[in-house]
Amino acid sequence: MASGMASSAGGYGLDPELPLLTTTVERLVQWARRSAIWPAQFGLACCAIEMMAMVASRYDVARFGAEVFRGSPRQSDLMIVAGRLSRKMAPAMRRVYDQMPEPKWVISMGACASVGGVFDNYAIVQGVDQVVPVDVYVPGCPPRPESLIYGIVQLQQKIARSRA
Amino acid sequence: MDSTAIIDQLRPLVPGVSYEAGASVDFPTLYVPADRLVETCRALRDTPSFRFNALVEVTAADYVPKDPRFEVVYHLLSIPNRRRLRLKVRAAEQTTVPTVQGVWPSAGWLEREVWDMFGVVFEGHPDLRRLLMPDDWEGHPQRKDYPVQIRKPAQTYEPLEISEEEFKANLERDRLKRTVH
Repeated sequence: MASGMASSAGGYGLDPELPLLTTTVERLVQWARRSAIWPAQFGLACCAIEMMAMVASRYDVARFGAEVFRGSPRQSDLMIVAGRLSRKMAPAMRRVYDQMPEPKWVISMGACASVGGVFDNYAIVQGVDQVVPVDVYVPGCPPRPESLIYGIVQLQQKIARSRA
Repeated sequence: MDSTAIIDQLRPLVPGVSYEAGASVDFPTLYVPADRLVETCRALRDTPSFRFNALVEVTAADYVPKDPRFEVVYHLLSIPNRRRLRLKVRAAEQTTVPTVQGVWPSAGWLEREVWDMFGVVFEGHPDLRRLLMPDDWEGHPQRKDYPVQIRKPAQTYEPLEISEEEFKANLERDRLKRTVH
Protein backbone atom coordinates (compact mmCIF):
# COMPACT_ATOMS: atom_id res chain seq x y z
CA MET A 1 0.00 0.00 0.00
CA ALA A 2 2.78 2.34 0.93
CA SER A 3 4.45 2.51 -2.47
CA GLY A 4 2.76 4.85 -4.88
CA MET A 5 0.57 6.30 -2.20
CA ALA A 6 3.27 7.90 -0.13
CA SER A 7 4.83 9.41 -3.25
CA SER A 8 1.91 11.77 -3.76
CA ALA A 9 2.22 13.12 -0.25
CA GLY A 10 4.57 15.90 -1.21
CA GLY A 11 2.38 17.08 -4.08
CA TYR A 12 -0.30 18.46 -1.81
CA GLY A 13 1.97 20.95 -0.12
CA LEU A 14 2.18 18.89 3.04
CA ASP A 15 5.21 18.70 5.22
CA PRO A 16 7.07 15.52 4.09
CA GLU A 17 7.93 14.87 7.72
CA LEU A 18 4.27 14.50 8.67
CA PRO A 19 3.15 10.88 9.33
CA LEU A 20 0.47 11.05 6.66
CA LEU A 21 -0.47 9.05 3.59
CA THR A 22 -2.77 10.28 0.92
CA THR A 23 -4.44 8.09 -1.63
CA THR A 24 -7.66 7.72 -3.57
CA VAL A 25 -10.70 5.80 -2.45
CA GLU A 26 -10.39 3.70 -5.59
CA ARG A 27 -6.87 2.56 -4.75
CA LEU A 28 -7.84 1.83 -1.19
CA VAL A 29 -10.77 -0.31 -2.31
CA GLN A 30 -8.63 -2.17 -4.84
CA TRP A 31 -6.05 -2.82 -2.16
CA ALA A 32 -8.66 -4.12 0.25
CA ARG A 33 -10.25 -6.37 -2.34
CA ARG A 34 -7.09 -7.93 -3.64
CA SER A 35 -5.51 -8.47 -0.23
CA ALA A 36 -8.30 -10.59 1.22
CA ILE A 37 -9.67 -12.88 -1.47
CA TRP A 38 -12.02 -15.46 0.02
CA PRO A 39 -12.35 -18.39 -2.35
CA ALA A 40 -15.42 -20.60 -2.50
CA GLN A 41 -14.85 -24.31 -2.20
CA PHE A 42 -15.53 -25.62 -5.66
CA GLY A 43 -13.30 -28.65 -6.10
CA LEU A 44 -14.64 -30.93 -8.81
CA ALA A 45 -11.85 -33.42 -9.49
CA CYS A 46 -8.14 -34.09 -9.02
CA CYS A 47 -7.32 -30.37 -9.38
CA ALA A 48 -9.00 -29.93 -6.00
CA ILE A 49 -6.21 -31.97 -4.42
CA GLU A 50 -3.67 -29.46 -5.71
CA MET A 51 -5.91 -26.65 -4.53
CA MET A 52 -5.90 -28.18 -1.05
CA ALA A 53 -2.12 -28.52 -1.22
CA MET A 54 -1.94 -24.84 -2.09
CA VAL A 55 -3.84 -23.98 1.09
CA ALA A 56 -1.83 -26.35 3.27
CA SER A 57 1.34 -25.44 5.09
CA ARG A 58 3.95 -26.32 2.46
CA TYR A 59 2.70 -23.82 -0.14
CA ASP A 60 0.55 -21.72 2.17
CA VAL A 61 -1.52 -19.35 0.10
CA ALA A 62 -2.10 -17.39 3.33
CA ARG A 63 1.08 -15.56 2.37
CA PHE A 64 -0.98 -13.99 -0.43
CA GLY A 65 -4.11 -13.40 1.62
CA ALA A 66 -6.39 -15.93 -0.08
CA GLU A 67 -6.55 -18.76 2.41
CA VAL A 68 -10.03 -18.34 3.89
CA PHE A 69 -11.97 -20.96 1.92
CA ARG A 70 -15.68 -20.63 2.52
CA GLY A 71 -18.33 -23.30 2.36
CA SER A 72 -20.97 -20.76 1.45
CA PRO A 73 -20.88 -18.84 -1.83
CA ARG A 74 -22.48 -15.90 -0.04
CA GLN A 75 -19.27 -15.30 1.86
CA SER A 76 -16.89 -15.75 -1.07
CA ASP A 77 -15.58 -13.52 -3.79
CA LEU A 78 -13.49 -15.97 -5.79
CA MET A 79 -14.58 -19.25 -7.31
CA ILE A 80 -11.72 -21.59 -8.23
CA VAL A 81 -13.27 -24.09 -10.63
CA ALA A 82 -10.93 -26.99 -9.92
CA GLY A 83 -11.59 -29.88 -12.26
CA ARG A 84 -13.82 -31.12 -15.03
CA LEU A 85 -17.30 -29.70 -15.12
CA SER A 86 -19.92 -32.20 -16.19
CA ARG A 87 -23.02 -31.05 -18.00
CA LYS A 88 -25.23 -31.94 -15.09
CA MET A 89 -23.00 -29.96 -12.74
CA ALA A 90 -23.13 -26.82 -14.92
CA PRO A 91 -26.46 -25.48 -13.59
CA ALA A 92 -25.29 -26.08 -10.02
CA MET A 93 -22.07 -24.19 -10.67
CA ARG A 94 -23.97 -21.31 -12.25
CA ARG A 95 -26.20 -21.21 -9.19
CA VAL A 96 -23.20 -21.05 -6.85
CA TYR A 97 -21.75 -18.26 -8.98
CA ASP A 98 -25.03 -16.35 -8.96
CA GLN A 99 -25.20 -16.61 -5.18
CA MET A 100 -21.79 -14.99 -4.71
CA PRO A 101 -21.98 -11.27 -3.90
CA GLU A 102 -20.37 -8.73 -6.20
CA PRO A 103 -17.54 -8.14 -6.85
CA LYS A 104 -16.60 -11.69 -7.74
CA TRP A 105 -13.98 -13.41 -9.79
CA VAL A 106 -13.46 -16.85 -11.30
CA ILE A 107 -10.27 -18.83 -11.79
CA SER A 108 -10.51 -21.72 -14.21
CA MET A 109 -8.01 -24.22 -12.85
CA GLY A 110 -6.52 -26.86 -15.09
CA ALA A 111 -6.99 -28.13 -18.62
CA CYS A 112 -10.43 -29.69 -18.04
CA ALA A 113 -12.01 -26.57 -16.61
CA SER A 114 -10.41 -24.36 -19.26
CA VAL A 115 -11.01 -26.35 -22.47
CA GLY A 116 -12.30 -29.79 -21.53
CA GLY A 117 -8.86 -31.38 -21.30
CA VAL A 118 -8.69 -35.03 -22.27
CA PHE A 119 -12.45 -35.36 -21.86
CA ASP A 120 -13.48 -34.46 -25.38
CA ASN A 121 -16.96 -35.94 -25.05
CA TYR A 122 -20.64 -35.26 -24.61
CA ALA A 123 -20.60 -35.39 -20.81
CA ILE A 124 -18.05 -32.67 -20.02
CA VAL A 125 -18.50 -28.94 -20.65
CA GLN A 126 -15.70 -27.90 -22.99
CA GLY A 127 -14.57 -24.92 -20.97
CA VAL A 128 -16.32 -23.37 -17.98
CA ASP A 129 -16.33 -19.99 -19.73
CA GLN A 130 -19.50 -21.27 -21.42
CA VAL A 131 -21.18 -21.09 -18.02
CA VAL A 132 -19.47 -18.33 -16.00
CA PRO A 133 -17.12 -15.47 -16.98
CA VAL A 134 -13.53 -16.48 -16.26
CA ASP A 135 -10.85 -14.02 -15.14
CA VAL A 136 -7.72 -16.18 -15.00
CA TYR A 137 -7.00 -19.50 -16.70
CA VAL A 138 -4.40 -21.67 -14.97
CA PRO A 139 -2.99 -24.31 -17.34
CA GLY A 140 -1.77 -27.72 -16.23
CA CYS A 141 -3.08 -31.21 -15.67
CA PRO A 142 -3.33 -30.68 -12.79
CA PRO A 143 -1.52 -27.37 -12.21
CA ARG A 144 1.01 -27.48 -9.42
CA PRO A 145 0.19 -25.40 -6.33
CA GLU A 146 2.78 -22.83 -7.44
CA SER A 147 0.88 -22.38 -10.70
CA LEU A 148 -2.35 -21.74 -8.88
CA ILE A 149 -0.65 -19.27 -6.54
CA TYR A 150 0.71 -17.55 -9.64
CA GLY A 151 -2.83 -17.45 -10.98
CA ILE A 152 -4.06 -15.86 -7.78
CA VAL A 153 -1.28 -13.27 -7.97
CA GLN A 154 -2.29 -12.55 -11.57
CA LEU A 155 -5.85 -12.08 -10.36
CA GLN A 156 -4.65 -9.72 -7.64
CA GLN A 157 -2.86 -7.64 -10.27
CA LYS A 158 -6.01 -7.64 -12.35
CA ILE A 159 -8.06 -6.44 -9.37
CA ALA A 160 -5.46 -3.73 -8.75
CA ARG A 161 -5.94 -2.50 -12.33
CA SER A 162 -9.73 -2.64 -12.23
CA ARG A 163 -12.03 0.30 -11.54
CA ALA A 164 -13.45 0.18 -8.04
CA MET B 1 -20.64 -75.50 -9.26
CA ASP B 2 -20.08 -74.62 -12.89
CA SER B 3 -22.61 -73.33 -15.38
CA THR B 4 -23.61 -76.74 -16.75
CA ALA B 5 -24.39 -77.99 -13.21
CA ILE B 6 -26.50 -74.89 -12.63
CA ILE B 7 -28.36 -75.48 -15.88
CA ASP B 8 -29.01 -79.11 -14.88
CA GLN B 9 -30.42 -77.94 -11.57
CA LEU B 10 -32.50 -75.21 -13.14
CA ARG B 11 -34.08 -77.36 -15.84
CA PRO B 12 -36.68 -79.07 -13.59
CA LEU B 13 -37.42 -75.80 -11.78
CA VAL B 14 -38.22 -73.81 -14.91
CA PRO B 15 -39.39 -76.39 -17.44
CA GLY B 16 -39.12 -75.93 -21.16
CA VAL B 17 -36.36 -73.33 -21.24
CA SER B 18 -33.17 -73.76 -23.26
CA TYR B 19 -30.35 -72.25 -21.24
CA GLU B 20 -26.95 -71.83 -22.74
CA ALA B 21 -23.64 -71.76 -20.90
CA GLY B 22 -21.55 -68.68 -21.62
CA ALA B 23 -17.78 -68.31 -21.60
CA SER B 24 -16.36 -66.69 -18.49
CA VAL B 25 -13.18 -66.59 -16.44
CA ASP B 26 -14.49 -65.69 -13.01
CA PHE B 27 -17.90 -67.14 -12.20
CA PRO B 28 -20.54 -69.16 -14.10
CA THR B 29 -22.46 -67.47 -16.87
CA LEU B 30 -25.81 -68.42 -18.37
CA TYR B 31 -27.70 -67.12 -21.36
CA VAL B 32 -31.39 -66.84 -20.54
CA PRO B 33 -34.16 -66.23 -23.08
CA ALA B 34 -35.83 -62.90 -22.37
CA ASP B 35 -39.37 -64.26 -22.07
CA ARG B 36 -38.42 -66.67 -19.25
CA LEU B 37 -36.13 -64.29 -17.35
CA VAL B 38 -38.43 -63.45 -14.45
CA GLU B 39 -39.31 -67.11 -13.80
CA THR B 40 -35.64 -68.04 -13.87
CA CYS B 41 -34.69 -65.23 -11.51
CA ARG B 42 -37.42 -66.18 -9.08
CA ALA B 43 -36.22 -69.80 -9.09
CA LEU B 44 -32.64 -68.68 -8.55
CA ARG B 45 -33.69 -66.52 -5.63
CA ASP B 46 -36.03 -68.94 -3.87
CA THR B 47 -34.50 -72.40 -4.40
CA PRO B 48 -32.53 -73.29 -1.23
CA SER B 49 -29.52 -74.60 -3.17
CA PHE B 50 -29.20 -71.28 -5.06
CA ARG B 51 -30.51 -68.52 -2.74
CA PHE B 52 -29.23 -65.70 -4.97
CA ASN B 53 -30.71 -63.06 -2.73
CA ALA B 54 -28.85 -60.01 -4.04
CA LEU B 55 -28.81 -58.42 -7.47
CA VAL B 56 -25.46 -56.69 -7.56
CA GLU B 57 -25.38 -55.18 -11.02
CA VAL B 58 -27.35 -54.82 -14.19
CA THR B 59 -25.39 -53.62 -17.16
CA ALA B 60 -25.28 -54.19 -20.90
CA ALA B 61 -22.92 -54.54 -23.80
CA ASP B 62 -23.41 -53.34 -27.35
CA TYR B 63 -22.10 -55.67 -30.06
CA VAL B 64 -23.45 -53.48 -32.78
CA PRO B 65 -23.07 -55.36 -36.08
CA LYS B 66 -24.46 -58.48 -34.43
CA ASP B 67 -28.17 -59.08 -34.29
CA PRO B 68 -29.56 -58.90 -31.62
CA ARG B 69 -27.10 -56.17 -30.77
CA PHE B 70 -27.35 -55.92 -26.96
CA GLU B 71 -26.57 -58.32 -24.17
CA VAL B 72 -28.03 -57.30 -20.82
CA VAL B 73 -25.90 -58.69 -18.00
CA TYR B 74 -27.12 -59.45 -14.48
CA HIS B 75 -24.71 -60.17 -11.66
CA LEU B 76 -26.25 -62.18 -8.85
CA LEU B 77 -24.81 -62.84 -5.43
CA SER B 78 -25.86 -65.50 -2.95
CA ILE B 79 -24.86 -64.26 0.46
CA PRO B 80 -25.83 -67.50 2.36
CA ASN B 81 -24.10 -69.77 -0.18
CA ARG B 82 -21.22 -67.40 -0.95
CA ARG B 83 -21.61 -67.78 -4.70
CA ARG B 84 -21.96 -65.53 -7.68
CA LEU B 85 -23.71 -65.99 -10.99
CA ARG B 86 -23.93 -64.01 -14.19
CA LEU B 87 -27.04 -64.04 -16.37
CA LYS B 88 -27.06 -62.68 -19.90
CA VAL B 89 -30.11 -61.78 -21.95
CA ARG B 90 -29.90 -60.96 -25.62
CA ALA B 91 -31.93 -57.95 -26.68
CA ALA B 92 -32.47 -56.27 -30.02
CA GLU B 93 -33.17 -52.59 -30.50
CA GLN B 94 -36.91 -53.15 -30.92
CA THR B 95 -37.47 -55.94 -28.41
CA THR B 96 -37.94 -55.41 -24.70
CA VAL B 97 -36.56 -57.22 -21.68
CA PRO B 98 -38.88 -57.90 -18.72
CA THR B 99 -38.03 -56.05 -15.55
CA VAL B 100 -36.81 -58.09 -12.58
CA GLN B 101 -37.83 -55.43 -10.10
CA GLY B 102 -40.47 -57.78 -8.71
CA VAL B 103 -37.72 -60.25 -7.81
CA TRP B 104 -35.06 -57.85 -6.54
CA PRO B 105 -36.17 -54.26 -5.80
CA SER B 106 -32.61 -53.07 -6.40
CA ALA B 107 -33.19 -53.61 -10.11
CA GLY B 108 -35.06 -50.32 -10.36
CA TRP B 109 -32.21 -47.88 -10.66
CA LEU B 110 -29.90 -50.40 -12.33
CA GLU B 111 -32.39 -50.92 -15.14
CA ARG B 112 -32.95 -47.19 -15.39
CA GLU B 113 -29.23 -46.77 -15.90
CA VAL B 114 -29.15 -49.44 -18.62
CA TRP B 115 -32.07 -47.79 -20.38
CA ASP B 116 -30.43 -44.37 -20.04
CA MET B 117 -27.09 -45.53 -21.41
CA PHE B 118 -28.10 -48.18 -23.95
CA GLY B 119 -31.77 -47.65 -24.71
CA VAL B 120 -32.80 -51.18 -23.77
CA VAL B 121 -36.46 -50.95 -22.77
CA PHE B 122 -37.46 -52.88 -19.65
CA GLU B 123 -41.04 -53.95 -19.90
CA GLY B 124 -43.07 -53.41 -16.74
CA HIS B 125 -40.59 -51.00 -15.18
CA PRO B 126 -42.68 -48.49 -13.21
CA ASP B 127 -40.33 -45.51 -13.54
CA LEU B 128 -38.13 -45.71 -16.61
CA ARG B 129 -36.59 -42.24 -16.53
CA ARG B 130 -33.09 -40.91 -17.17
CA LEU B 131 -30.76 -41.59 -14.29
CA LEU B 132 -27.34 -40.25 -15.27
CA MET B 133 -28.01 -37.99 -18.24
CA PRO B 134 -30.14 -34.82 -18.06
CA ASP B 135 -33.87 -35.41 -18.34
CA ASP B 136 -34.17 -33.87 -21.81
CA TRP B 137 -31.17 -35.70 -23.30
CA GLU B 138 -31.53 -37.30 -26.72
CA GLY B 139 -29.93 -40.62 -27.54
CA HIS B 140 -28.19 -43.26 -25.48
CA PRO B 141 -24.50 -42.46 -25.03
CA GLN B 142 -23.05 -45.92 -24.37
CA ARG B 143 -24.17 -47.25 -27.72
CA LYS B 144 -21.29 -47.99 -30.04
CA ASP B 145 -22.75 -45.79 -32.79
CA TYR B 146 -23.27 -42.77 -30.52
CA PRO B 147 -21.31 -39.66 -31.59
CA VAL B 148 -19.23 -39.31 -28.43
CA GLN B 149 -17.54 -36.03 -29.35
CA ILE B 150 -20.69 -34.06 -30.07
CA ARG B 151 -20.69 -30.42 -29.03
CA LYS B 152 -23.74 -28.96 -27.37
CA PRO B 153 -24.13 -25.64 -25.58
CA ALA B 154 -23.96 -26.12 -21.84
CA GLN B 155 -27.19 -25.75 -19.94
CA THR B 156 -26.78 -23.09 -17.26
CA TYR B 157 -30.13 -23.13 -15.56
CA GLU B 158 -32.35 -25.68 -13.88
CA PRO B 159 -36.10 -25.80 -14.31
CA LEU B 160 -37.99 -24.61 -11.26
CA GLU B 161 -38.93 -27.44 -8.96
CA ILE B 162 -42.03 -25.73 -7.54
CA SER B 163 -44.83 -23.89 -9.30
CA GLU B 164 -45.57 -20.23 -8.75
CA GLU B 165 -48.67 -21.07 -6.70
CA GLU B 166 -46.68 -23.37 -4.43
CA PHE B 167 -44.06 -20.66 -3.99
CA LYS B 168 -46.70 -18.09 -3.00
CA ALA B 169 -48.37 -20.60 -0.66
CA ASN B 170 -45.02 -21.27 1.00
CA LEU B 171 -44.45 -17.54 1.48
CA GLU B 172 -47.90 -17.09 2.94
CA ARG B 173 -47.51 -20.03 5.32
CA ASP B 174 -44.16 -18.70 6.43
CA ARG B 175 -45.63 -15.24 7.03
CA LEU B 176 -48.47 -16.66 9.12
CA LYS B 177 -46.05 -18.74 11.15
CA ARG B 178 -44.03 -15.64 11.95
CA THR B 179 -46.95 -13.39 12.85
CA VAL B 180 -49.29 -15.62 14.86
CA HIS B 181 -48.15 -15.43 18.45
